[in-house]
Order: sequence, then structure tokens, then C-alpha cells
Amino acid sequence: MSNLLSLVTFIPLFAAVILALLARGDNEDSKRNVKYLALAATVFTFVASLMVLFGFNSSDTGFQFVEEHSWFLGMQYKMGVDGISVLFVMLTTFTMPLVIAASWNVSHRLKEYMIAFLVLETLMIGVFCALDLVLFYMFFEAGLIPMFLIIGIWGGKARIYASFKFFLYTFLGSVLMLVAMVAMFADAGTTDIVVLLTHNFGSETLDVFGFQILGGAQTLMWIAFFASFAVKMPMWPVHTWLPDAHVQAPTAGSVVLAAILLKMGGYGFLRFSLPMFPVASDLLAPLVFWLSAIAIVYTSLVALAQQDMKKLIAYSSVAHMGYVTMGIFAANQQGVDGAIFQMISHGFISGALFLCVGVIYDRMHTRDIDAYGGLVNRMPSYALIFLFFTMANVGLPGTSGFVGEFLTLMGIFQVNTWVALFAASGVILSAAYALWLYRRVVLGDLIKESLKSITDMGRREKMIFAPLVVMTLLLGVYPALVLDIIGPSVAALVETYHSNVAAHGIVSTAASTASQ
Amino acid sequence: MIASDFSTVLPEVLLSLYAMLALVIFVYTGKDKHAVFSMWLTSGVFLLLAAIIGLSNAPDSTSFNGMFVDDSFARFSKVVILLSAAIVLVMGQDYAAKRDMLKFEYPLLVALSVVGMMVMVSSGSLLTLYMGLELQSLALYVIAAFRRDSAKSTEAGLKYFVLGALSSGLLLYGASLVYGFAGTVEFAGIMQATQGDNLSIGLLLGLVFVISGMAFKVSAAPFHMWTPDVYEGAPTPVTAFFATAPKMAAMGLFARVVHDAFGGVIGDWQQVVAVLSVISMFLGAVAAIGQRDIKRLMAYSSIAHMGFALMGLASGTAFGVQAMLIYMAIYVTMNIGMFAFILTMEREGRPVSDIASLHMYSKQEPLKALCVAALMFSMAGVPPLVGFFGKFYVLRAAYEANMAWLAVAGVLASVIGAFYYIRIVYFMYFGEVCEPLDANPARRLHIILVVSAALMIAGTFFSLFGIESLAQTAADSLAN
Repeated sequence: MSNLLSLVTFIPLFAAVILALLARGDNEDSKRNVKYLALAATVFTFVASLMVLFGFNSSDTGFQFVEEHSWFLGMQYKMGVDGISVLFVMLTTFTMPLVIAASWNVSHRLKEYMIAFLVLETLMIGVFCALDLVLFYMFFEAGLIPMFLIIGIWGGKARIYASFKFFLYTFLGSVLMLVAMVAMFADAGTTDIVVLLTHNFGSETLDVFGFQILGGAQTLMWIAFFASFAVKMPMWPVHTWLPDAHVQAPTAGSVVLAAILLKMGGYGFLRFSLPMFPVASDLLAPLVFWLSAIAIVYTSLVALAQQDMKKLIAYSSVAHMGYVTMGIFAANQQGVDGAIFQMISHGFISGALFLCVGVIYDRMHTRDIDAYGGLVNRMPSYALIFLFFTMANVGLPGTSGFVGEFLTLMGIFQVNTWVALFAASGVILSAAYALWLYRRVVLGDLIKESLKSITDMGRREKMIFAPLVVMTLLLGVYPALVLDIIGPSVAALVETYHSNVAAHGIVSTAASTASQ
Repeated sequence: MIASDFSTVLPEVLLSLYAMLALVIFVYTGKDKHAVFSMWLTSGVFLLLAAIIGLSNAPDSTSFNGMFVDDSFARFSKVVILLSAAIVLVMGQDYAAKRDMLKFEYPLLVALSVVGMMVMVSSGSLLTLYMGLELQSLALYVIAAFRRDSAKSTEAGLKYFVLGALSSGLLLYGASLVYGFAGTVEFAGIMQATQGDNLSIGLLLGLVFVISGMAFKVSAAPFHMWTPDVYEGAPTPVTAFFATAPKMAAMGLFARVVHDAFGGVIGDWQQVVAVLSVISMFLGAVAAIGQRDIKRLMAYSSIAHMGFALMGLASGTAFGVQAMLIYMAIYVTMNIGMFAFILTMEREGRPVSDIASLHMYSKQEPLKALCVAALMFSMAGVPPLVGFFGKFYVLRAAYEANMAWLAVAGVLASVIGAFYYIRIVYFMYFGEVCEPLDANPARRLHIILVVSAALMIAGTFFSLFGIESLAQTAADSLAN
């Protein structure tokens, strides 16, 4: 099928339109129908995306399932996946049915809720499939609208502040990217990403208002893209929207945010910054390394001080994303492989952790760590699952968390030992905050009156966690499942990157001149 | 000779004749009894003329010795002006009927101002320019003060008149300087006189005065002071009109003057227009944040939008003019939809314009709230809504004219502006509970709102309905 990707992308939107037009009434029956339709749509999307995965030829490093139609504005509707993006599509389609299932008890404006999530799914898949600059931007940016509404309508007490902060922060980042895209369009004369990947953007030193810009146009564009992706990632110091958004968003919103939306930043670095602006990436990689190292150490320490469970996990997300950025700009096979692996595995683990918080939030309506303690006495299976994902978050060998951290650390060690040293200390800190959280919430005696009647997880809740447990373990013991798919594309990316840097790079040229 | 001259200005002549004849006939046959009929008739005439102008494929021509230009640019602008005027005119009927404002003169005054606008975008000399501008402005002064018994409306009319007269004076003074130093009032002659590297100081001064006068008409900062007061004070149907057709006409005139008359000295006006653009974008974005009145908010929003349109013009290229035309067409469509909504905002039969009255509107009217939300996101420039493409075009025009700094300033301003647009969405979707607005049954307004919002969504999928190539033809006829 030649338009399989469009099918995968637009099934959820189609379901959302059907919901908007046909779902009527506010009684229990119609609510059940809405939920089942949303679930069916996301499951069907997942099945369709499996066809993409099985039809995917991982030894081919080019784009596959490409479809192309001309559009207006000199742009085109062009979709396709390569080894780097295909697993993000899978991550999205895999996570969404779980998200819908986790929202089974939502009753406030249920129809709009499901529509928002279905639209969001279309936009997220679109981001990973788009092969046109403007198309990418449209998907990337449009995702703000449903997420703004999800946080705003179904969020917690300070939802208004959080939703505005989320919207304006990410909007500010991405408009600068828009200017850079306009510049790329003007320079290369096309918005086709496949062509742009082979285009050499100028890297001669530029004079801008009296400042000498090393790396020239590439550096300026790199910074503009960085503004967008660093906010989305989020990297220290522009991460502050994330804890607010996470805390205020409903459980399902947090899961989507952590599991998928954050990955757009990393994907953006891999799709644009690294291959299109190699000289600038080479030049500015140390900046990214140190920002990542700070993010890992600093946000881990901040996480230690949190009283709110969601906030703690949000800061741990920022720390884990630090490994990703570090790995990407290490620009070697292990680093980039590890970064992608870490993003996929973080999608499962952090999603699961937010779901864990959701489980007890649904029962007690508080996320305050002090309100809990000794849950193991009444919720043994919850304690087990929470323990499993806590360990995965820490990066215990045998879980997918370990592979990602190990590979990225190995990647960065070959490039910058000091950064690797700081980053490795984050592994210990993450064990500290995660295990301490677990002890305070789950272990000990159950002394709080309010918790005496709490119930263990039901069948629906266990079923939501089951696939996440399976994936975390499977990728932990057999990482080749992922690495075989991304390997060839990453190898090609890394090779092109280094040959471009060697040909045009400033740092390497200077170094080689000095050595002569 | 004479016949061909008149065939070029036929639409303007027909519209003027219609306005004057109708005025006389209605006076003798029952006056305000025919107010509704007069409204529909005028609107019909607008549509008819829009069809005649839009479908004609006459070659570009000039008449009256170059004083009047009929080219694709003029036709594009006229069609936008006529269509928006026709729609805005019928939008106000219910509002006017409820408030005893149904006067048969109102549509005819609008018709006269539309004649002025059509002359403006077709002007080929400083005299035609001034004639068109004044015809437009005089009619607008009157309709701004159309509610004679309302202090606010009268104040709006007077304020508009005094400041408008000042700007006309500036423009006329500039025109006299240009005439003195170029020796001609015709654009083609000015173009010849300004060839070469250094513009004489007198011409430069004249150019700056003319631009100031026109900046006033498009309400670009720092000549925007009248806009919020007039928007707020004038009756809402009149405000809706102010926000649409005259803006297009003034923008068209602006482009006409800088390209047709001063196209040889782009470097001399480019910086001026760029600065107007930056100030307008930031002022519109920042000042709107504090507004609680939706009409004042729309006034600042339109100042910001004019800043973006001027960004296209500042690039000084044909592509920039194309971007400006597309931006204006999108802007007019969005504003028609938004004002159709504002006209329905009532509580206990009285119009309200406090934005806080929109709290939880989505519970009450899900479809209308969705449409307004789409318009808001479109105005903020969030894809995939069409408003984004307007911004994309002007950014591209600015960038390609080596004005990347202007593009960066523009997107930063758009982020500030996004705040007040999404605040309206926040009120409607997750604000507090408050006293609901009346369920206004005005069907026509609902349809206009829904169509406008649907265009903002569907435009992306239907390649902006082909407006791109039309605007390109128009821009090429101007900036060659």
C-alpha cells in the first residue's frame, strides 16, 4: 500500500471527526460508545503501524513508504520514515491505546477529551513522518493546541498558569525555528527534507552587527532550531515549563507529554540539527554536553527535594533527557544509538511511572508524597509494578533503562571524559531519588488513617501496565530488537556527519592545521 | 478617448450613480421604511460589481492621462473590498434594528466610502489618491458618529475626524512637496523624477509626509492613537466595517504609492516602512494584553496585523506585495468572522464587549466557541490554520529581502500577541462560571462565523483556494 503512512497518521483524526459529528447525548451508553470508539481507533492505528514496522527494511538507510503530492507555497505533502523515525511512530501508536485505557474513568466532557487525544495522536505521528519542512512545522506546532486544551480543561488547580506557560514557552521556541526554516527555504529553494539533508548550508564566518559568527548561517540556523528543540526536550535551563505542565495535566496528558511529546525534541535534533548543520553541531556540541551534564546533575538534585510525586518524576525526565542530548551530539554510533534507545525506553518507563502516580491519585486525589506510606501492605501488586518501573528508571541492568544510559555514556566517554564523569554521577543520584520516593510511598507501616481502605489495582489497570512491563524487560534483555532497526540509519547519519565536518568543519580543520 | 476612459472607471461611476440615485429616491419614497431594503440592495450592488471586476479579464490599462489605473492589483483589492463590505453590511442588520439604528442613509454612506476606496487603490496620481482618500474618510467620519444620541459614538466620530483631518493635512503637505520637487503629480512622472541615486531632500521630506498620512489610515503605530477609541465608540457594525474594507484599501494605496511612484528609490522608504512595521507589531501585541473590552482588543489586534502586512511591503519586492495581499485577504476574512461573533454578544438584550463575559462559553454554545477558538488560533498564527500561512508569506518576503531582523522581530511579537488570543480561548474553555450571554438567535451571523472559521481550517487543505496565484498576478502588475 503506497499511502500506508497517511493512513496511520490520519485514522485518529478521522475517528475524532466521527466522534465530533456523531456522538450525542450525555448518558452512560453514549459515554461508553465514545470510549470504545476512541480505543478501537487507537488500536487500529497501532495495528496499521505494525504493518509499517513489518514492511520496513532496516538495511535500507533511505526513506521508505514515501508518498508525495505537490501542495501550495512551494511545499509538498511528503511523508516517509527511515530507521530513525520509524520507532517513534511505533512508540506513539503503542502508547496511545494505553493512554485511552488509562482515561476510562474520565467523565468530565468525555467527548471533547477523546477528540483532543485523537487529534493529538494524528499530529504526533505526523511530526515523525513528515518529510517536508513546512509540513513538519505544521504538525509540530499544531500539537500545542490540543495539549493546551488538555492541560487547561482537565488539569489540576493551577492549570491556567501551567497551560499558558506550556503554550507560550514552546511557541516562543518554535517561531524562531520558523524563521530558520524560511531561511533554509530561501537558501536551498525547497522545503523537501530529503533534499535538504544533502544540501550544504553555508558555514563561512559571518559578520552580524559587528559580531563574528563562526560557522555562519549554519550556526544561526542551528541556534534557532536549538531554541525550539531544547525547549521541547526540555534541556536545562529552559525546562521549567515541564514540571508545571506535568503536575497540572491529567494523568493521560502527563503520559503523552513524557512518553511522546518530549521525544519530538530529540527527534528534531537527529533529523535537522545534526545532519543539516554538521559544522554548527560540531562547533556547539560542547555547549550541549555541558548543558546536558548540568541537567543530569542539577535536576536530579532538584528531584530529591520534591514533595509532589509528579514533579519528582518530571525532574527525573529532564535528567534522563540529558542523556539523550548528550548522546546525540556525541555523534558516534553508540551515542546516537543510545540516545534513540533511551528515548524509546524512557517513553515506556516514564509513561508507566506517571500511570503509577495516576493509580493512587485516582484513589486518594493527592500527589503529595507525605500523604502516602506503607502502600505495600494493602496494594501488593501495585508495589511490585511500581518497584519494577522505579528500578527501570534507575537503570538497573536487565531493564531497558540500563541500555540507554550505558550506550550514551559510552558514546560520550569517547568524546569528552569530564562530561561522562558528571553524567555518570547522575546514575547514582537517580537511584537516590527514585528509591527514596519508593520508600516513602510504598514501604514502611501503613499508619495513615486515610489509606486504611485503599484498594489494589483492578484488572483494567493491570492490563494497562502489562505491555509496558513486557516491553521494558524485552528491550532490557534483548536490545538488538531496537538497535537492529536503527543501526544502519544511524551509521549512515554518523558517517555523513563526520565526512561533512571533515570537509567544512571549523574545529577539526583548525585542529588538523595546528597539528601539522 | 473619452469612451475608453469611462469604460475603465465604469464600476466606480455605476456605484456613485447608484448611491446618489438611491439617496434621492429613498428620500422621496418613505425614508427609513426602506432601510432594510436599502441595505440588501447596496450589498447586492457590491456583489454584482465584485463579480464584474473579478471576472473581467480586460488588459491592464490607464485612463484620464494616467490618473486612474486599472490593473490586476487594483482589481484584486477591489474585489476584497467589495466582498467584505457586502458581507459586513448585512451583518449589522439585526443589531441596528434592535437599537433603532436602521437608517436608509447608512448603506449609502458605506457605498460612497467604497467608491472612495476603489479610487484609492486605482489611483495613478497624487490628486486621484487624495480625492479617493477624502471621499472614503468623509463617509467614514459620518458613520463613526452614526448613533447621534450616544456620547461615545459622537466622541468616536469627532476624534476620528480631527485626527483624520490632521493626517490628511500631512499627506497633502507631503503631496505638495513631491509636486514641487518632482514637477508632476502623476506617479509615472514621479517615478521618472526619482530615478538615480540620491533623492532630493524635498522629495524625501514629501515622501515621509505622504507615508505618515497613509500610516495613519492603515492605523500603523505610531499613528494608531485613534484606532482603539474609534473601534470602541463606534456602533459595532460600523467597527466591523472599519476593521475590514478600509484597511484593505489603505494598504492597497500604500503599496500603490511606494511601488508605482517611488519604486525607483526603494531603499529610501524601506527602512521607514520596516520601522512602522516593527513598532506596530510590538505595540499591538503588548497593548492588547491589558484590554478587557473585546472591541478595543480587536483594535490593537488589527494594529499588530497591519504591522505584519507592512512587513511584506517593507521587503520592497513583488513577492512582498503578494505576501501583503494574501495577508490582508486572510486578515479580512478572520475579522469578518470575529465581528460576526462580537455582534451576537448580548446579555439581557444589551450588547456586551467585556471579554470576561465569555467565561465558559463553550458549555453554552460548543460550535460557536469552537469557531471563535479556530479564529483566535488563526490570528495568533498557529498552524495548521490559515493565519499561519499569512505570517509565513510575510516572513519569507522579509527574509528574502535581507531583512532577517524584521522577521525575527515579527515572530517574537507574534508570541506576545499569542497570549491575548489564547486568553480568549481560555475564557471560553476553562474559565470560571459566570452569568451566560443571551442565546442570540441571529442565524446570519452564525453562518458567517462558521463559514469564516471553516475557511481558516479548510484553506490549508485546499491550497488557500488558489488565492496565491491571483495575488501573484496582482503583485506582478504593480511592482514591475
